[in-house]
Amino acid sequence: MNFAFSEEQTMMADVVRDALLRECGSAALRSRIGAVCSFDQDRWRKLLALGVAGVLVREEAGGLGLGGPDFVQIAEACGYACLPEPLVDHAGVVLPLLSACEGTAAGEALARGLEDGAFLALAHPQTPWVVAANAAQAVVLPGPDGLRLVPGADTVRVQQPGIDPLRQLFTVSAPPEAGVRIAGPQASRTLLARAAERGAVFTAAELVGLAQASVDLAVAYAKERHQFGRPIGANQAIKHHLASAQVKIAFARPVVHAAAALVPPEPGAPPEDMEARARISHALLAAGEAAELATRTALQVHGAMGYSWEVDVHLYLKRALSLTGRWGGPEYHRQRVAERVLSAPLGPDRLFPQPVRETDTTPMKRTA
Amino acid sequence: MDLRYTDDQLAFRAEVREWMAANVPDEPLPSFDGTRAGFEAHREWEARLNAGRWGMVTWPEAYGGRGLDLIRWLIFEEEYYAAGAPQRVNQNGIFLLGPTLIDYGTQAQKARFLPPMANGEEIWAQAWSEPQAGSDLAAVRAKAVRDGDSYLLSGHKIWSSRAVMADWAFGLFRTDPASERHKGLSLILFPLDAEGVRRQAIAQINGETGFAELFLDEVRVPVENRVGAEGEGWRICMATAGFERGLMLRSPARFQMTARRLVELYEANRETCGPAQRDAVAQAWMAAEAYALSVYATASRLIAGGGIGAEASLNKIFWSEMDIAMHETALAILGARAELLPTAPAAGDVGRWLDGYLFSLAGPIYAGTNDIQRNIIAERLLGLPRA
Repeated sequence: MNFAFSEEQTMMADVVRDALLRECGSAALRSRIGAVCSFDQDRWRKLLALGVAGVLVREEAGGLGLGGPDFVQIAEACGYACLPEPLVDHAGVVLPLLSACEGTAAGEALARGLEDGAFLALAHPQTPWVVAANAAQAVVLPGPDGLRLVPGADTVRVQQPGIDPLRQLFTVSAPPEAGVRIAGPQASRTLLARAAERGAVFTAAELVGLAQASVDLAVAYAKERHQFGRPIGANQAIKHHLASAQVKIAFARPVVHAAAALVPPEPGAPPEDMEARARISHALLAAGEAAELATRTALQVHGAMGYSWEVDVHLYLKRALSLTGRWGGPEYHRQRVAERVLSAPLGPDRLFPQPVRETDTTPMKRTA
Repeated sequence: MDLRYTDDQLAFRAEVREWMAANVPDEPLPSFDGTRAGFEAHREWEARLNAGRWGMVTWPEAYGGRGLDLIRWLIFEEEYYAAGAPQRVNQNGIFLLGPTLIDYGTQAQKARFLPPMANGEEIWAQAWSEPQAGSDLAAVRAKAVRDGDSYLLSGHKIWSSRAVMADWAFGLFRTDPASERHKGLSLILFPLDAEGVRRQAIAQINGETGFAELFLDEVRVPVENRVGAEGEGWRICMATAGFERGLMLRSPARFQMTARRLVELYEANRETCGPAQRDAVAQAWMAAEAYALSVYATASRLIAGGGIGAEASLNKIFWSEMDIAMHETALAILGARAELLPTAPAAGDVGRWLDGYLFSLAGPIYAGTNDIQRNIIAERLLGLPRA
C-alpha cells in the first residue's frame, strides 16, 4: 500500500506543466479567443512532442503502456493551464479506445495519432458536444451497428456555440455507411462504457487543476490589490473564502488519484463493479464541487474585476461549468454513488476497490 | 502508487480483527466524562488493550508499542472502529503527548511516562488554554518559577479535557517572566493530585463534565518534568498540535463507521426519507471516504520522509465540518424523534445520534478553532499577508 506518486510519474507531469507554462499562458489563451478554430495546431504539436499522447496506450501499439496514476497529474496540469485543446480526451480516452479496437483501420488511426500528432475525437453519448471537432482528422461515431471511424471531412459538424470562449463545440454526424466500422454493437457498448470511466477520471483531474489555478489566481490578486491601505488578502473575510476553497480541493484531489489508480495499463480496463464505479463518480463529483467553489471564490475575491473579461477568472469559471456537465453530469454520478452506498458492503476495509487484472477471459484481450 | 494491501498488511488486519472480536466488550461502556465508574471502565479497557500490545501500535517496542508504520496504524484503527471498541479515554496521552515525548523527550522521560500511559495507569489531560489565552494561545500567563531542582507552577488553566478525573496533565507555562508571546514558554508535566492543584469541573453543553478549570498555586514539580529545553515549549506544542489536527486525533475509520451507521439509519427509515436524505447519506459516505483517502496519502508521504505542517489545518476543518453534517443528516432522518434523549422511552436506540450531534458541535472549536485554522491555511499554505 503506497498512496504516493513515483518520481517518474511526477517528473513526467512536471515536464508537461513546464511546457504548458510556456505555451499556454494567459496571453496565448487570449490570442485564440474568437479564432476561426479554437484548436492551436502549433501548441498541439509541441505538447505531443513530449510523448503524452501514448501514455495510456499499449507498448505493442506504440504507446508507453502506463496506467491512470501516470496520466492523472498530466490531466491536472492541463486543467490548471485551462488548455483549450482536448489533450486529456485525446490521450486519456480516444487513443486507449482505438487501441482496444480490432482491425487495421483503428490501428492506422492510432498510429497517426501517436506518430503524426493527428487529433482524433470521440462523439460519446455522454458528452454530446465534441470539442474542436473541426480540427479532428477523424471522429469515432457510435451508431446502431457499433463504432465507426469517420474521416473528419466526411462528417457533418454543426457548431454549438457554448459558454467556454476557448473551446468550440460541435455535434457530429455522418451518413450510415461513412468511414470504417471498428467495433461491433456488443464490443461498442463495452468500449464506450470504459471510455466513460476514463473520461470521468481524467475530467475530474482537469477540474482539480483548474480549481487550484483559480485559487492561485485569486491569492495573487489578493496580495496585489490594496484597499483601506493594505492588501485585501490581509482580511479574514478573504482568507477564509480562499481557505475553504483550498479545503475542498485538498479532499477532492486524493479521491481523483484513487480513481485514477482504478485505470490499469492496457489491456486491463477500468473495473465495472459497483464499488469502483462509485469511486470514479465520487472523484468527478468532488472535483466538480471543488471547481465550482474555487472559481466562484476567485470571482468574489476579484470583485468587479472578476466579472470583467479582462482577468482570467471567467475562463476558469466557464471551463468548470463546461466540464462538470460532461460524462453524464452530477445527478447521474450521485445516483451511482447512492447505488453503491445502499447496496454494497460498507466499512473502512472497503476503501480501495481493486482494478481488474488481465485475464484470459477478458473479452477485449488481444494477443501481443 | 500501489493501492493494494500487501499480504503482511492483510495478515495484520486479520490479527487485529481476531483480537478485537475476542476482546471488545459486548455492551458499550458508560461515558468516561460522566461518572467515575465510566472513567475507570475505560481505564480497564486501556489496560486490556495494552496487554494485547495494542495500546499504541506506532510506538517503539521498548515502550509497549509494536513499532509499526502509519499504514498499519490506519489498518489498526479501521479494525478498532469496525469492532465498535470504546473511545480512548487516554487520547490526550497516547495521541498527543506520547508522540511528543517520542520526538522531544529524554530517554528517562520516555521510560517513566510512556509505559503507564500505554496501559492506562496514568490518564492524561491537556492544560494549554487559559481564560485569556484561547485562540491566542501565545498569551499564556501561567508561570513556572525555578526553585532549585523544581519548578513552582502557578496560574489558571481552562478547558482541560479529561482533567476532572485524569491523573496527569501536560501544560504550557511561562518559564521566563520577562518573555512575551511565543518566547519563554516551556512544556511541563504535572500530576493532578499534587498539592496546590484545585480542579473545578465545567458542565458541557451535554451536561457532562468533560473538561475542567485548573487552579495552580505553587505546584512543585521536578525540573525533569520539563519536555524539551526551557523556552522551547511553543515549538514543541505546535508539533503536538500538528498531530492533533492532523493525523492522530481523528482517525478516518471513526467517520467511516459513522457513515455506515448513517446508511443503516437511512435504510431503517427509508419509508419516511426522500431524495434529499438519500443524497445527504451518499454525501456523508463520500466525505468519510475522501478523508480516509487523504489520510492514506498523507501517511504514504510521511513514510517516504515528508512532513506535516500547516496541511494539518485542512484536515481539522474537513473532519469537524463533516462530523456535524453527518449528525445533522441523522437528525433529519429521525424527524420528531431527533430531540429525544437516550433515556426517553420512545427514543429506542436513536438517542446516541443526539449525543453525537452535540459532541460534533465542539469539533470546529477544540484543537484550535476552524477560524484560526483558516487563517493558518491562508497565511502559511497560500501565502496571504498577516493582518
